[in-house]
This record gives sequence, structure tokens and C-alpha cells, in this order.
Amino acid sequence: MAAETEATAVGGLAGEMEVEAYRRLFPLAFLERHLRESVRPDARRPAEARPTTVALGAVSSAHGSALIRLGDTAMLASIKLELTSPPSEAPDEGSVVVEFHMPPICSPLVRPGRPAEVAPVITKVLEDILMSSGMLNLKELCLINEKACWLAYLDVYCLNADGSLFDAALISAVAAFTHLQIPLVSVGDDGRVFTVGRTEGKIKCEFVNREKRKLKLNNIPFSLTCALHKDSVLADPTAEEESIIETSVTIVLDSSDHIVSIQKPGGAVASMATIKECISLAKDRRRKLREILMDSVEAMEVDQTD
Amino acid sequence: MEEIRADGRNPNQLRPFSCTRNPLDRAHGSARWAQGDTIVLAAVYGPKPGTRKGENPEKASIEVVWKPMTGQIGKQEKEYEMTLKRTLQSICLLTVHPNTTTSVILQVVGNDGSLLPCAINACCAALVFAGIPLKHLAVAIGCGVLEDGEVILDTSKAEEQQLKSFAHLVFPNSRKSASSKAANQKEEDSEQGLITSITHGVMSEDDYFNCIERGLAASSRISDFMRTTLQKQAPGDA
Repeated sequence: MAAETEATAVGGLAGEMEVEAYRRLFPLAFLERHLRESVRPDARRPAEARPTTVALGAVSSAHGSALIRLGDTAMLASIKLELTSPPSEAPDEGSVVVEFHMPPICSPLVRPGRPAEVAPVITKVLEDILMSSGMLNLKELCLINEKACWLAYLDVYCLNADGSLFDAALISAVAAFTHLQIPLVSVGDDGRVFTVGRTEGKIKCEFVNREKRKLKLNNIPFSLTCALHKDSVLADPTAEEESIIETSVTIVLDSSDHIVSIQKPGGAVASMATIKECISLAKDRRRKLREILMDSVEAMEVDQTD
Repeated sequence: MEEIRADGRNPNQLRPFSCTRNPLDRAHGSARWAQGDTIVLAAVYGPKPGTRKGENPEKASIEVVWKPMTGQIGKQEKEYEMTLKRTLQSICLLTVHPNTTTSVILQVVGNDGSLLPCAINACCAALVFAGIPLKHLAVAIGCGVLEDGEVILDTSKAEEQQLKSFAHLVFPNSRKSASSKAANQKEEDSEQGLITSITHGVMSEDDYFNCIERGLAASSRISDFMRTTLQKQAPGDA
């Protein structure tokens, strides 16, 4: 630390050194020089999030899927439905199983024998938030009361880990659920219930459910992760910023701006004013994300009716 | 709205808590922290030489192992481990012993709600008993939000299952104010912040800040308790 401040104070060494070398050798000083001018190394303002794109239906074999890009972070979420019999405690409800994967493709820090520590934590938090936010009504996943219900396997794959992994995972999960269509089901000769594909041949079979339907989603949650460094609040940090700044807050809001979750695992002591600032940034972000999601849903529906 | 909770406490009342100093002989420091029926045993070994691959060798690293009361280690335990690790990293002075690892092992002995706050308090006490240098203590409290927005402290398991939402909050311990002048009070209030916050369930922004306020007030009581317990020396020590 002393070496870094000396370097910046002297100026001569900093002037002679190449920018990329300075970035690697003194990452904290590099970031702080930027923050003094209220800008970040990738030219964003501190409160600005990266451009987000949502592509629904990326995996054609899945019942619902979405590919999200949040700057360079890319996540693929897919939902496959399976018929199962409901438990006796909840005979009219289906269930959701969530799994977040970080395959070695996403980051040089993840290797086959060395799984990322953060993956099971994100799985658990994602599951908690999808259930507690009230977005999904499990009763909609019921097919025949007490006999058959849907088990939805939600798999989120991180394709490129460049910071804000939880934010991207949540948007991709939510987008996949908006794209999800419950398939048609019919009973075969042996009494087995099976799903029928879109263009299933000339076999006329009796359908158990009338038409393919989408889930009705209320109260969709959206999140924003902010990195806190001294007095600055950096929204949507990249992996480089996350490795330098140890303190981060993730705020999840639902459509009525109620707090679904505030996760601040450790880090420097944050004042109430900082938390309030993060919450207001999260509110703005929620509105923008909702627009982006609704736009892509509309675009997809237009494509389908054509 | 009933003011009395199931076990007869009023909303601001904490369960009786106790802290046992060094119940384990072999560990460098250990603590058994009990809040009502929630009991956690924390053991600290360290500093041990060397850091794991991938950790910064210029700082000490902290390793947390969480052992549940029953069942196998799953995602919930990993989440607790990560939360604890990051909380403890923020209270320890990591640059005093660089390139070392301090292991904190937690064993859940009883779970009757507010498990994470109890564990954090136990770890903090164990670190003090082991002599690990700390910036300040971490005081943890669990708050629940009732249907009508009322906040209750130190939730039990039954209450947590019925509640709409609850939050586990960790604050730095409050300073002992030698003289209670108004100016001093203001400074202290503005410096009081939040180390860790983990919430479950949907709550409004006002409810959340309500929880923080009540939690801060209660944390000063727990800080005082910690101050007296952690300062008590065994007879014969200088």
C-alpha cells in the first residue's frame, strides 16, 4: 500500500509506466485515480449499470429459456418441466428445483477440480428469492389435483463471469419463467402421461389440458449489486472491481418497490445513508430492467404470431 | 395487536444469553454462546502458517467450517460459511499476520431461531479468546417483521416460520461513552453503521430501517454484555 501511494505521489513513475502495467500492478490506485474524477475504468459513471440484453427462447429444446448479457457477463437459463406426483402435504402445488452452474468456461478461476465457492451460495439465494418474492404461484404448476403436477428444473449456466453474477442470474431466471410455456399433455395407451411436442404428427390423441399456457407471474423481482468503496457507490461492478473492492450490497426489489432481500455479507461498515442511496439506485434499475424484459417479451410474441 | 409473544417476551426483549469461555482445551480459543435454546459452539485455530491457493498472501485469510446439528452439509451451510467468512474478514486486522490462515469451526448444538446471529456472536467471542487482533467486535441480532409492521427482536424458530420476513443484522460494537454530551452522541450515531445484513421475505423499506434502528438499540445491550464477559480474566493473569 505504501508503495502505491508513493508511486502516485511521485508521479514520475506513474507517468513512465504503461497504463496496462499500472492497472495490473496497482489495481487499487488505478481505480481510485478514476473515482476521483467520478468515472470508472470502463468509462461508466459510478451509478450507471452496464447495458443489458435479454434474448428469450435461446434453447429450443427447453420449455422456457433465456440468454442474458449484462455487459460482458453472460448467463443462460433454461427450464425443463417434468411430470411427477405431488406430495401429500401440498396436493395442488407443483415445485421448482433451482441450480446455478459455473462451468470452467466462465472464468479462469474455475477449474473442473476446483468448483467456484460462490455457486452453491447463489443457488440458495436464487431459490429463496424466487420463492419468497411471490412471483410464482405453485398452484399453477398443478395438472391434475392430487395425481399429477409439474416439477420445473431451472438451470442457470454462467457462460462468462464478469461481475454481478447474482443480478444476471436473477434476470435470466425471471426471463426464462416469462418465456415458459407449459406443454400439452396426453395419456398414452399404457396409461402413461406424456408431453406432446408442438408439431406432433397425425396421431389424434386426447389432450389432458386444453392449450399450451404461460405462467401468470406477479411481482417480478429485480436486483442490483453495488460495490461500496469509501464514499463511492459503484453500481453493477465488473469482476475487476469486485476483486479490488471487498464490500458489496445486493438489493432485490419487487414491482411495488418492496425489499425482497438485502444481502450485505460482511465488508466495511456502511452507514444508513449509503444503504439508502443503494436502494434508490436499485429502484431506478428495477424500472429499466422491467422495460427491457417487457420489450423482449413483446418482440417474441410478435414473432410467434407471424 | 398482541404485545406478548409466544414465550411471554415483549417485542424488544432478548432471550437470556450466556457465553462460556474456552470450553475446549485443544482449540486456541473457543466459545459456547447460547441465546435461549439456540446454542453454537465456535472454535478458533490459528494463526497457522500458509494460505490456501488463490488467497491473497499479503493478508491473513480466514477459513470457516460450519457443522449443522443434523444432516449433511448442503447449500445452506455453504451460504452461512460465506457470510461468516466475509463478516469476520471485515472485523479482523488482516495485515498483522500476513500469509497465515485462521480456521473457525462452528458446531450447531441447538437451533431455536436466530441461528446466524448466535453463530456470529460465538465466533467473535472465540476470536477474542484466541487473541486474534480485531478492529472491533461484531454484534449480531435477528429481527423479525410482523404483519402490521411491528418489529420483534431475537426471533425464535416458531416465530421465524410464521413471520412474513426477518433480517439478520450485524453491527460493530458501540463505543463506551464516558461522558454523555449531546455532541458526542451525534458523532457516535453517524458512525454507527451496518457490517452485515441478510434478509428473508418481503418487507417495505420503512420496515427495514425500523429493524436496523431497533437492532442498533439492542446491540448496545449485547455490546455491554460482551465487554464484561470478554474482559474477565482468569485468576493469576496479569
